[in-house]
Amino acid sequence: MLELAIKGTKRYYGWLALLLGLVGIGFLVYLKQLDFGLGITGMNRDVSWGFYIANFTFLVGVAAGGVMVVLPYYLHDYKAYGKVTILGEFLAIASVVMCITFILVDLGQPMRVMNVLLYPTPNSVLFWDTVVLNGYLFLNLIIGWNVLEAERQGVHYQSWLKPLIYISIPWAVSIHTVTAYLYCGLPGRGFWLTAVLAPRFLSSAFASGPALLILLCLIIRRVSNFDPGWKQIQSLAVTVAYAICINVFFLLCEVFVAFYSQIPEHMDHLKYLFVGLHGHGAYVPWMWASMTLMVIGIIMLVNPVTRKNELTLIAGCICVFFGCWIDKGMGMISGGFVPNPLHEINEYIPTLLEGLITIGVYALGFLVLTLLFKIAVSVKEEVRA
Amino acid sequence: MNDKKWIITGLVVFLIIVLFPFWYNRGKAVPPPEIKLTDKAKAAKECVLSKEYMKAEHMQILDLWREVVVREGQRIYTNPKGKSFVMSLSNTCLDCHSNKADFCDKCHNYASVRPYCWDCHIEPPKEKS
Amino acid sequence: MDTSRRRVLQLLGLSAAALSAPPVLDALAAGPPAAEPKIGTAKEALTAKQWAMVIDTRQFKKEDDVLPLIEACHKIHNVPKIDFKRWEIKWIWSTHFEHAFTGTTSTRFISEEIAHRPFLVLCNHCENPPCVRACPTKATFKRPSDGIVMMDFHRCIGCRFCMAACPFGARSFNYRDPRPFVKETNQLFPTRMKGVVEKCNFCNERLAEGKLPACVEASAGKLKFGDLFDEKSEVRELIKTNFTIRRKVNLGTEPAVYYIV
Repeated sequence: MLELAIKGTKRYYGWLALLLGLVGIGFLVYLKQLDFGLGITGMNRDVSWGFYIANFTFLVGVAAGGVMVVLPYYLHDYKAYGKVTILGEFLAIASVVMCITFILVDLGQPMRVMNVLLYPTPNSVLFWDTVVLNGYLFLNLIIGWNVLEAERQGVHYQSWLKPLIYISIPWAVSIHTVTAYLYCGLPGRGFWLTAVLAPRFLSSAFASGPALLILLCLIIRRVSNFDPGWKQIQSLAVTVAYAICINVFFLLCEVFVAFYSQIPEHMDHLKYLFVGLHGHGAYVPWMWASMTLMVIGIIMLVNPVTRKNELTLIAGCICVFFGCWIDKGMGMISGGFVPNPLHEINEYIPTLLEGLITIGVYALGFLVLTLLFKIAVSVKEEVRA
Repeated sequence: MNDKKWIITGLVVFLIIVLFPFWYNRGKAVPPPEIKLTDKAKAAKECVLSKEYMKAEHMQILDLWREVVVREGQRIYTNPKGKSFVMSLSNTCLDCHSNKADFCDKCHNYASVRPYCWDCHIEPPKEKS
Repeated sequence: MDTSRRRVLQLLGLSAAALSAPPVLDALAAGPPAAEPKIGTAKEALTAKQWAMVIDTRQFKKEDDVLPLIEACHKIHNVPKIDFKRWEIKWIWSTHFEHAFTGTTSTRFISEEIAHRPFLVLCNHCENPPCVRACPTKATFKRPSDGIVMMDFHRCIGCRFCMAACPFGARSFNYRDPRPFVKETNQLFPTRMKGVVEKCNFCNERLAEGKLPACVEASAGKLKFGDLFDEKSEVRELIKTNFTIRRKVNLGTEPAVYYIV
């Protein structure tokens, strides 16, 4: 099926070239980072994780979000999603590729990364994160590829795939749970030390992942002869609506616990993010933008009139996606590290160079996504014809 | 099968590129470097272990040393002849072999290996040889 | 620990077998049994079950009192002095009471004198260290022999999970090559390379030679160092006879640095 990825229109090639160019720029800047060290980023002694890990965390969510189409189709026999499951699986693959790349570019000594497998350490959550992320990547590759191949041949997919498909569903939950455990098991980081972190991660995942998938489906409708289906898009929109409501609800739970208990270690991080602390508040406008976006998203997606209108649906999904991106990305990281364990404030602002590397990683992910979606869409067009 | 000539041309080009180091360097074998010993090393006659062992396997013993020193806090190595050494690259090995450029680098460059020891461990001050 | 132990034995066996003959080829042939090489510690090495430190903060009045201690540590360990705040690296430093003991004890209405007193902070070499739990490669580990929380710079991949896990902000990351910022290099101790995490090592390299940590030596008795699990040790005596506090005991990490206030 690979040959389908290299047969396309001029516009398709142009898009690939653009992405490749961005990957190239990111790669060149990464060489600079490799040579100089992570000092080219804005990270410091106090905020020792930054933009890379923020985007990693967010994208684990997008990857896990793909399960929101896989689960209804395979477990509840929701036939309508048959057309889009492959898109969910391929989106998951592209997202995990980005996650793994973000982890790699964040390492101080990337050439030693195999030490994680050479000296396996089961008490480290990062070890398990490596295991579940790679596992999820391979599960989706195997499942997605074989199911699509079978569809192309006009046969039912192999029976040995079934157990893998069932495993992939809890596995999707596991990748984001383990990613949350990276943070919420650390003593002395009051912002992260909350049992609701993993559920909150999952709810924002099930909002932002399907929101992106809706946008992608609408693009595919425009640029190809394959229609993922309005009904499918509408069902996904309902999922997004529920998930984003739950996400905001969990966030409010956090706010209540912190501010009703009045425990400074929990309050101060939220204060820093939303109103500023001791005169420092670089993220205040971003956090309020995030809240506004999520609330607008809720209004547009819960209300059936706006949900059913393509234009407002697009706007709603964009709002949800970027609202979650700010909240779970930089909000999550910066909020957790500021103030530091000695209650001092050193703020973190990403630099231009780490921005370029980040764009490069996103371009790489979208390159993988484009190629995979091209294959999937071509197969669908072929089968229909 | 009209593509035959293209396939063969492609293969030939591929082989030429892949075998580049061989045809480029044909007949120009670089002589292996000769190791220079410092007077101190000459006087000592034998290293921690036999010369043959050190020549071929010094990385093994260095790896053992770093493992036990860093991870187990054991710092003294007693060789089978009963002689004791403090396990330290900079302070023991390089004490005798203070001519790093002639002793370490020459061979490493010849064999094209780049151990990263010296990113952290300190080279002895340059001596005029 | 098991695997490394096994590897050590393996390597010892290997080197012993290869002693008399050219290696590799004859390694498997049974030669005359040579004496095995041995590894051990120096006779004068100081040992303990869990090293601990008691800092008598009453004897530190102003910044000048702590600077020589910090200087001694940073000089001996080739800790770079980088003025650019983002790349800062420190093993031991001083801060105010409210920062040292944030979340530990009340910092309100304390005497002027205590509020201005410099408090030394460093790695606590916790009995239950969260950084060790977090490390995905065992590059940071708690040495079973004496409880020192160590860094293996050869193994660290620079993921900085330990920095997020440490509730005391004791760890620094080499955001760039530190060497240009080490003014006078101590030839006896390595520097670090870019991309690894570093922190106080309780001077394990000095303990191995029978010397007390550099900061303790430079403190002229204001810092005491000893075995926490030896009832007769000086640190135990001080803990028994003085009221001491430790940073963030509520987190259950059991810091091994005690403060007399």
